[in-house]
Amino acid sequence: MSDQDEEIILKDLDDTELVAQMMDDLYDGMIPEVTEGTQILLDRGWDANMVLNDALVEGMRIVGVDFRDGILFVPEVLQSANAMKGGMNLLRPILAASENNSSVGKYVIGTVKGDIHDIGKNLVGMMLEGAGFEVIDLGINTPVEEYLAAIDEHEPNILGMSALLTTTMPYMGVVIEELDKRGILKELPVMVGGAPLNQEFADAINAHTYGRDAAMSSELAKAIMGKNR
Amino acid sequence: MLGQVSQEAELKCLPAGYHNHPEKIVPGLKAILDECAARYNTILIGYGDCGTGGGLDRLLKSYPNATRLPGAHCYAFYSGLNNFDHMMEAELGTFFLTDYLVRHFETLIIKGMGIDRYPNLIDTYFEHYKKLTYLAQTEDEDLQVQAQEAAHKLGLSYNYHFTGYGELEAAITSFGLEVKNQESMSHV
Repeated sequence: MSDQDEEIILKDLDDTELVAQMMDDLYDGMIPEVTEGTQILLDRGWDANMVLNDALVEGMRIVGVDFRDGILFVPEVLQSANAMKGGMNLLRPILAASENNSSVGKYVIGTVKGDIHDIGKNLVGMMLEGAGFEVIDLGINTPVEEYLAAIDEHEPNILGMSALLTTTMPYMGVVIEELDKRGILKELPVMVGGAPLNQEFADAINAHTYGRDAAMSSELAKAIMGKNR
Repeated sequence: MLGQVSQEAELKCLPAGYHNHPEKIVPGLKAILDECAARYNTILIGYGDCGTGGGLDRLLKSYPNATRLPGAHCYAFYSGLNNFDHMMEAELGTFFLTDYLVRHFETLIIKGMGIDRYPNLIDTYFEHYKKLTYLAQTEDEDLQVQAQEAAHKLGLSYNYHFTGYGELEAAITSFGLEVKNQESMSHV
């Protein structure tokens, strides 16, 4: 912001201006401002789903596009994600309690065994949540047994795996092979992602879908569920 | 080290910052190989896979006179690949620094990862890390103090492990011998 900019009082803005300002603040990674904007819209009677989609998800979509185009870099995207998280923390309990809470689908996600790097996985989880998925996050260092137990317990529509290390990405193949052996793979689409991955690797391990980044993964997951906009 | 084993070897470097952007390593290296491969019989690449997801190995298939150091991470050569695996098994959440990374901690880690602009990202990046292990190539008290300060800054426990140049030294010596053999063969 330039020195000439006056301080913006969020509550003085009308709805349209506020949503636009929230998207700007999300882009700039301003956590308190995005949280405050979310609360203001809720106080004005906005439906939580509308706040989520019109302000947060749409703002994060723009961040994703600019990341893909090399305008934004990882630290900025993470800061934006943290800002979105601020708003999500207010919306999540309302969405969970809502009678209109119709999930797009169930998505089990986890970072594979031997890997503790979950930044990408968390971004994907947040974008999926924003897209209306019920996300069951298995966390980091996830062995095949935990994936299997979660599939058994939650009966997800999609399984997602992430890895950041070249040494751990082959474990995705181990999990997929096990799913295949048990006859689960033909019923359950498996999405994979992570910085060192590419389409060629995803094809080699027989993954259903490769998600290049968080925004793309969310779009691809919706496509799998037949819910693409 | 290279100068000691061969006067004929030429050293080419890629920017160290590429380790924060592994996607730049393969194209950067390809440009150097395209320039040099025809001039040399033997080329040693001082990289592990270094986050390229096998991309480096795929590239090197097109340059049969070029080989890279074994393993996934270049800093593992200092400790030895087996020792490195043991360290990772003992604590998965270990963040490694070398002499170089300690010296350039502010530039490569703090500024390179945007922590100078967004200090809260320390929690995002290092949430699952437990300790920082300094793999020291030289016995330098100043660097040890700096490494301890780095651990403190990242909220990690500190561990010091003197490695010297480890398997990197052996790899370069062996490379130098190969170069010398080829020189003597070309003089026969």
